[in-house]
This record gives sequence, structure tokens and C-alpha cells, in this order.
Amino acid sequence: MMPSAIALKDVQFSYRPGKKILDIPDLAIETGERVFLFGPSGSGKTTLLGLLTGILTAQQGSVSVLGRDLAQMSGSGRDAFRGSHLGYIFQLFNLIPYLSVIENITLPCRFHAERRKRLKGSLEDEARTIAKRLGIDGLIHENVVNLSVGQQQRVAAARSLMGSPELIVADEPTSSLDFDHRERFIELLFDCVAQAQATLLFVSHDRSLMPMFSRTLSLPEVNRVQVAAA
Amino acid sequence: MMLLFSLAFQSLKNRILTTTLTILSIALSVALLIGVENVRVGARESFSNTISQVDLIVGARGGSLQLLLYAVFRIGSATNNISYASYEKWKSHPAVSWTIPYSLGDNHHNFRVVGTNKDFYEKYRYRRDRTIKFVAGRAPESVFETAIGSDVARNLGYQLNQQIVITHGIGNARGILDHKDKPFTVVGILDRTATPVDRSLYIPLEGISAVHIDWQEGAPPMPGEEVSADKIRKEGLKVEQITAFLVRFKTRIATLQLQRDINTYKDEAMQAIIPGVALNELWSTIGYAEDALRVVTFFVLVVGLLGMLVSLYTSLNERRREMAIFRALGAGPAKIISLLVFESAILSFVGCVLGLAIVYGLSFAFQPIVEHEFGLYLPIQAPTAIAWMYLGGVMLSGLLIGFVPAWKAYRNTLSDGLSVRL
Repeated sequence: MMPSAIALKDVQFSYRPGKKILDIPDLAIETGERVFLFGPSGSGKTTLLGLLTGILTAQQGSVSVLGRDLAQMSGSGRDAFRGSHLGYIFQLFNLIPYLSVIENITLPCRFHAERRKRLKGSLEDEARTIAKRLGIDGLIHENVVNLSVGQQQRVAAARSLMGSPELIVADEPTSSLDFDHRERFIELLFDCVAQAQATLLFVSHDRSLMPMFSRTLSLPEVNRVQVAAA
Repeated sequence: MMLLFSLAFQSLKNRILTTTLTILSIALSVALLIGVENVRVGARESFSNTISQVDLIVGARGGSLQLLLYAVFRIGSATNNISYASYEKWKSHPAVSWTIPYSLGDNHHNFRVVGTNKDFYEKYRYRRDRTIKFVAGRAPESVFETAIGSDVARNLGYQLNQQIVITHGIGNARGILDHKDKPFTVVGILDRTATPVDRSLYIPLEGISAVHIDWQEGAPPMPGEEVSADKIRKEGLKVEQITAFLVRFKTRIATLQLQRDINTYKDEAMQAIIPGVALNELWSTIGYAEDALRVVTFFVLVVGLLGMLVSLYTSLNERRREMAIFRALGAGPAKIISLLVFESAILSFVGCVLGLAIVYGLSFAFQPIVEHEFGLYLPIQAPTAIAWMYLGGVMLSGLLIGFVPAWKAYRNTLSDGLSVRL
């Protein structure tokens, strides 16, 4: 049996001592699942993603991603793991403003040889293919600051998909898009994720998107720390 | 490596204003330091080249500093003269290439009057190989002719063919002990040398004899005993004494031996000094000027480095946001640190190169003017050891300062989490 894409066991996390944000006894996401994780603002969604991507480390419990225990890795080991195996789409797209579209898309692959090795064609061909699938192939030499919000979001998605990472994590990626664009963007994302045979964890507070996913998780149900409604 | 380099480069290009200002601040501090350092070296160099190509300065026995001061700088006076016979004896020594005799003791408006001969105009060298040149006229030939230094001409507004009267002694005795019955005609004005040469008037050795021909025991002639100038002919004049002379040997190896020979010369109490040695001794006694420049250099260095570091640090600190993104994309500490260190290395390097370009560009542009006006020869030479040390210090501290924001950026990404705003 393949290991779970994500497995959390008795995980506790707090930014400050005595003020627990997360207390998750058990959470598993299987390989290939497309999971919609929702929760109100301040329920710890971004913190959970921080733990899953190794940017934050849990004070207790084990966080295992793609069969690897993040707690066993060094800080730079986690950086390398994240860069090689994870695709991350930010709430704020976090594109590098002075790089062109194609330079932004290829950045993770240029940082990590392991990720580059998974490419089928050349770096540029692969970037063009993904850009084409996301409908931004006409813009690849544009400066990212000249792009519309929707276009920027697709660049960010393309960047996270390059090099076929096994796990794609998307943190409220549609919050700045209108409804029509949201659905189209998610369909594109599914398309690409299926192509890459990756697991998708999609985080949002917007439950209208829920029906599109194969599985739904509610953070307040998973997390034993109850956050007062903001 | 290429990726990091190109990222650093593109990021610098993106913040072109900050980048330019940072580079300018580094360049100016480098230029300032190397400039001050060059002035320091130039000052010393110019001082020790006040007189060149002279192997020995010979005068009556006394203090060697005193001899240097009156023979080269026209400061103070000799306690004794030396006989012309002794001068001629040494002049004809087989090892001697040329000599320049000086007869001092009179002044004109506090500018020294120097009796000398044509060798002065032909052989005298300063600042290694510069020669005496005339801006107007020629060297004096007959007894009552004079060539004046450029400061004399400028301060007193003298022109060619002007009649001037010289004053006996070096004190301020104008009007009392004037040689007014024997005026001189200005026949030449020397070009500016920015050395003490500019502050003197030059007349033939015979001219000195002529103005004193009717003097007795250092006192002016009694009324009625004066010898009028038009009766004096060069041929009839005998030069009996001179104050000092400069010697150039055919080979410098002779210098030390002949210095000893002159110092122990039995017929007359004389002394010989080596100008380079004496000038260096004098420089070290007035060396506080150099020390002052050293102190200035040190502060320039400290202020320059601090300014540069502040500027580098703030410019790198702007990058925290980007660093968080890189980190989230999986760039580890090594990559983030090398990225910022690369950037500060590029800034420091370009700053150093630009600074050198500024200082050498300005030196080339202003060297002739500075030399002409201030007598300060700015050497255009490879940076001195101190300058290299500074350049090295700039590069090294530039690299080191890159680590501070890099480390901060790497740590901050943890607290910035992923909610970095673009």
C-alpha cells in the first residue's frame, strides 16, 4: 500500500507557549485525492499549511508528507524537500516582480535539480506547455507586474505545477478572482493535477467551491482547538 | 550559481535607484580614501623632489638643516661663506659632472636675491627632471641683469625691462641699505615651478660682487667713495666668495666618498649634505602634517565603510519579502545567503571599480592644474598598500554585511510565514 500523501498524528502547534493554535489527533490524505479544506478565517488553515510544507515545525506529534517525516529533517533538508516535491500556490501570489512570466514559472525547477530531472522536455518547453494549458502562453515574456490579477494567479499556478510535484498545496488561491474565473481556474488546476498524478490540498473559506472536490475536510472538526469566531 | 548570479543581477536592476546610490556611496568613499592617500604620497613625493638630480649640497660648516634651509628653501642664512677658490677646486674634481654656485645675502622686497651663473638655468632640476623655463625673456648675461621667479613677478607685478633696486642683507632694511646706485634690469621671468625657486631673483655672481664693490667691512661706502655702476665691467669683477653650491657627480657611487672628502677638507671648513637624506630628515621633523593626513585618512576610512555598510544593509533589507518567497519555493539557507552575499559583492565590486575610475579620472584631469598651482604633484600610480588594504576591506566587509540581512531574511521567513505580501 502506498503511504498517505499527508499523515498527521497527535500534532500540536503554538506560536507562543500556552496558546495552542492546532491540536490535530489524526489527519490523513491519500495519494491522488483532491481535498477541499475549509475553515473560517483564523481557524489555523495557513498554520496547518506551514506545518505541511515544513516552514513551521510542530512542537509535538509527527507530520509525514509523501511518506517522509518532516520532524526528522534538518531545516535546509525541509527547504530542499519543499522545493523538490511540493507545489505551493499562495493566497497572495508572491511572484517575483522583476522576473518575467517564464522566469517565475521556471524558478522552482532552477532552484532544485531533483525537480528539474522530472521534466520530460527542456525547461522552456515544459514551461510553455504548462503556460499553454493555463492560457497564458502568449504572455510568457511579459513582466509579471503588467499582468491582471487572474493572469498572475495562473502564473503562480503554473509555477507550482512545474516539474510535476507530488503534492500541490493551494492557500485561498481564488480569493481575488470573481466567481466565473474561480471555477475556470479550479478546472484548469484539476486538469493539471490529474496530468501530473499529484495530490491536491485546496484551502478556502468559500464553501461554494466544495462540490467540485472529491473530499471535503472541515478544519474546525479536525482541530481540537476551538477558535472563537472572528 | 549562474541562477543566483542572474537573480541577484536582475534584482539589482529592478531597484536601479537604490543600487546606483549604494554603488555611488561606495565609490565615493573609495575615491575619497584613495584620493587622500594619493595627496599624502604626493605631498611627500613633491617635498622630497623640491630639488632633483643634485648629489651634494655644499656650504660652510654649520648645521646641516641650516644649509638645506638656505640653499634649497631660501630660509634663514649662512653664518659663513666659502671661498670661490675652494669652489673652483671642487668644481674641477674629475668625478664632478656639474655644479651650481649660489651667492646669497641680499633681498628685494623680502624675496631672496641669488647670485648664480648660467649653469643654474641649464642644469637645475626639480621634480625629477623638470628644468627651469622662461615665460618671458632670457637668462641674465651682463652684471646688472636679473631673472625673476614667478612669485616675484606675480606679487610685485614686474615686467621685462623693469629697473629694480636690491637691498643689502636679508632683514627688512629696504630704504636704508638699498643698493640704489646700482639698479638691475629684469631681462627674464621664470616659469612657475611651485618650488622655492619661484620666490627668488637671480643675478650673475658678478652682480653680487658689483653691488658690494665699494663696501668696506660690511658697511655702505662713505659719501664720495661710491663706484658708479657704469664704470663696472664684468671682466673687471672678481668673485671671491659664494655661499653654497650644488654638485652633481658623474656617477652617484662617488657621493659618499666625496661627501667625506669635502667634510674633511683641510683648506676650508666646509660641509656637504645629501639632499635626499636631508629632505627626508626635515620631512620627518615636520611630519605631523603627514600624520594629520593619516588621521584624516583613517576617519575617511571609518566613515566611508560605515556609510557603505548602512547603504548596503538597507538595500538588502528591502529584499526580505523576496527572500520569504524564495524560501517558500524551497530555497535553503545556503541559496538565500549566497544570493544576498552575491548582491553585496556585486555592489562592493562595482563601487570599488567606479571609485578607482573617479579618483584616477580626476587625477588625470586635474594633475597639471594642481601641480602648477600648489606644487603638489599627484602621482598617478598603482594604489598604495593602504589603498589596496582599503579596497580589500571594502570587499570583505561588503561580503560580510551581506550575511546579516541574509540571516535575518532567512529567520524572518519563519515568522512571515507564507502570508508575505507582494
